[in-house]
Amino acid sequence: MFDNLSDKLQRVFKNLRGEGRLSAENMETALREIRVALLEADVNFRVVKQLIEAIKVKAMGEEVLAALSPSQQVIKIVKEELTKMLGSHESKLRFSNDPPTVMLIVGLQGSGKTTSTGKLARWLSKNGHSPLMVSVDVYRPAARDQLRIVARDLKLPVYEGAPGETQPIDLARSARREAAQSGRDVVLVDTAGRLHIDAALMTELGQLKELLSPVEILFVADAMTGQDAVKSAEEFHKQLGITGVILTKMDGDARGGAALSIRSVTGQPLKFVGVGEKSDALEPFYPERVASRILGMGDILSFIEKAEEAIDRKQAAEMQRKLIENEFTLEDFRDQLKQLRKLGPLESMLSMMPQVGIMKDLKNVKVDEKEITRVVAIIDSMTPRERDNHMIINGARRRRIAKGSGTSVQDVNQLLKQYTQARKMMKTFSGGFMGKKLGKLKLPLF
Amino acid sequence: MQTLFGSVEQEPSLLERLKRGVQKTRSGLVSKLEDALAGRKEIDADLLDELEATLIGADIGVATVNEILERIRQRVDRKLTGDAAEIRGLIREHLLEILQASDLPPALVDEPPAVVMVIGVNGSGKTTTIGKLARRYHNEGRSVLLCAADTFRAAAIEQLEIWGERTKTEVISQSPGSDPSAVLFNAVQAARARKMDYVIIDTAGRLQTKTNLMAELEKMRRTAAKVIPSAPHEVLLVLDAVTGQNGLEQARRFTETAGVTGIVLTKLDGTAKGGVVVAIARELNLPIRYVGVGEQADDLIPFDPEKFIASLFEGPGSEKSA
Repeated sequence: MFDNLSDKLQRVFKNLRGEGRLSAENMETALREIRVALLEADVNFRVVKQLIEAIKVKAMGEEVLAALSPSQQVIKIVKEELTKMLGSHESKLRFSNDPPTVMLIVGLQGSGKTTSTGKLARWLSKNGHSPLMVSVDVYRPAARDQLRIVARDLKLPVYEGAPGETQPIDLARSARREAAQSGRDVVLVDTAGRLHIDAALMTELGQLKELLSPVEILFVADAMTGQDAVKSAEEFHKQLGITGVILTKMDGDARGGAALSIRSVTGQPLKFVGVGEKSDALEPFYPERVASRILGMGDILSFIEKAEEAIDRKQAAEMQRKLIENEFTLEDFRDQLKQLRKLGPLESMLSMMPQVGIMKDLKNVKVDEKEITRVVAIIDSMTPRERDNHMIINGARRRRIAKGSGTSVQDVNQLLKQYTQARKMMKTFSGGFMGKKLGKLKLPLF
Repeated sequence: MQTLFGSVEQEPSLLERLKRGVQKTRSGLVSKLEDALAGRKEIDADLLDELEATLIGADIGVATVNEILERIRQRVDRKLTGDAAEIRGLIREHLLEILQASDLPPALVDEPPAVVMVIGVNGSGKTTTIGKLARRYHNEGRSVLLCAADTFRAAAIEQLEIWGERTKTEVISQSPGSDPSAVLFNAVQAARARKMDYVIIDTAGRLQTKTNLMAELEKMRRTAAKVIPSAPHEVLLVLDAVTGQNGLEQARRFTETAGVTGIVLTKLDGTAKGGVVVAIARELNLPIRYVGVGEQADDLIPFDPEKFIASLFEGPGSEKSA
């Protein structure tokens, strides 16, 4: 739906290639595009205003770098400003010198507090801590059950409360005592979701804060939040003094402009992003990545990181060589698919890619995991010679392959078509701009 | 208002409750518009900038806002409007027009049970909305069966069961992790066998980008149609009022795969926003069926464009420039 900002800027500047400076006139149009892009990404309009001013000052009269076109130059400035505003480095959690460290998880209803509490507990336990969870949400039906089940699935402890213990304050106090007694060093307190206008519940949070002296008060915010992000974050911060933010549901296609708004009104760092429903789908916050995403430029760094985890380097280098020499066979194609699968759901991988150039065509590709299984089966049904040289696969062979893999001749045809397309595409990848970015990785995508 | 079984009388207190519920939006949108307009005679670029900021601030979205401003500009150019005081009316009129254009009543159900699917992204308020819907249908004198087809999220079934107790409604459920379509199949069959008027299906929250989960919704639709060919009769997309421009994408994708027939805008009492429904109405022509304005079972109000706009523009506190 959203046009990519870099595309728009490219249009703005398309006749300006070769001009030495960014001028007042061409910047005017560019700034307008940037403004719309930021607003469409749900960045608060006041924050947008500030940003535009900052960008304008920085961009005006700046010498265009030889290597960059004016549009790239502007994008670079915008991205730098966004990154700066989002906080210049990844933030860490703080811990008390006198354990247990208490962390309060707060936020609006439905922002993802309980899920985030579970994910955080898992993250903590993977990083050498021993967390205890407690839900003090005595209001929403089955809220405490939810955390109990989350904890059970994670095999991490949760304080369930003594019979008759139904007051948030009591629950929190007992949980902390239990943590101290059982040698747990972190207590995660999952609080009831509330509207920032709800005075009674805000008072309750204040009491919890006073009782527990939490080291971290983490505000859980939904990445899909619109202009209201500023308001709720501001209110929570004013009342409680939040110490950090967890941005949830970043696995969707929300651009996450709320991150910028929240950061700018609270001044508090974004610490984590939630990127899926599974308990390990919590990642540290990297300003630069979110900046790219707000601009609709994809999250290439996360992509590379994930890819690096999953892909065998030697194999990748070999693949690269084959690509260049046009020796990429069906067998390699199959190996590629198998490797790609290790990366996790393909859609979430694709969503991280910038939607430019050739990737744009991939944007609407529906990736069906079953399809991959089918493709692998088809290739498995070929003879080594066929895999080596697809040109020899004639009609009779196609029929045999289809039979062997339990598919139809059309499926086989389609696969061969895909394969030839992939070959073409990967050649582009290994050169071009992707080649530069993925230089050390040389990842051929199918 | 129109229901799946024809029109019913609305409680007279509804308008008052609506006014209370949209208080935030009123102060965030209309009062701000009025502040911008107050004491100005001329319509100049500054004023338009301020209007734009206010409208965008309510999440109405750049495209819709541009359309509204363009209309004002044209009228000024053609000397139809010269007075800032008229702008408030123009904006009101335009918003109403957009909401009315998409305000299509649901198709009537000849033979109960009416199957109502409730879908949306995680945390939008589906289960709470279902509790409220059950209460509402009961009040209309209808029998209701609930179906716990969110078999994925921890404690989702328990949450629906508590709502079932609160509203004295039976809940059909299976164990966590079972196939949602299977639960749905049982529930729809049970509803038909017991001659229930409504069966409301709770579904797991899902982000619209998750193709597999979206396909699951399609399957659930098909399953419902296997029992009753015309089902589902209503597919309600639950949308959190604080959602920004992503709401548009949600509506688009859920409509594509699950055939959304109406929107429920929740948590409106907590936010000055909710403007994304205007964008949704304008671009996707989807009617808003209900707005949620609180945590109690009665806090779900049928949406009526005229009343909604009226409560926004005429609520207490907006007299100053009336």
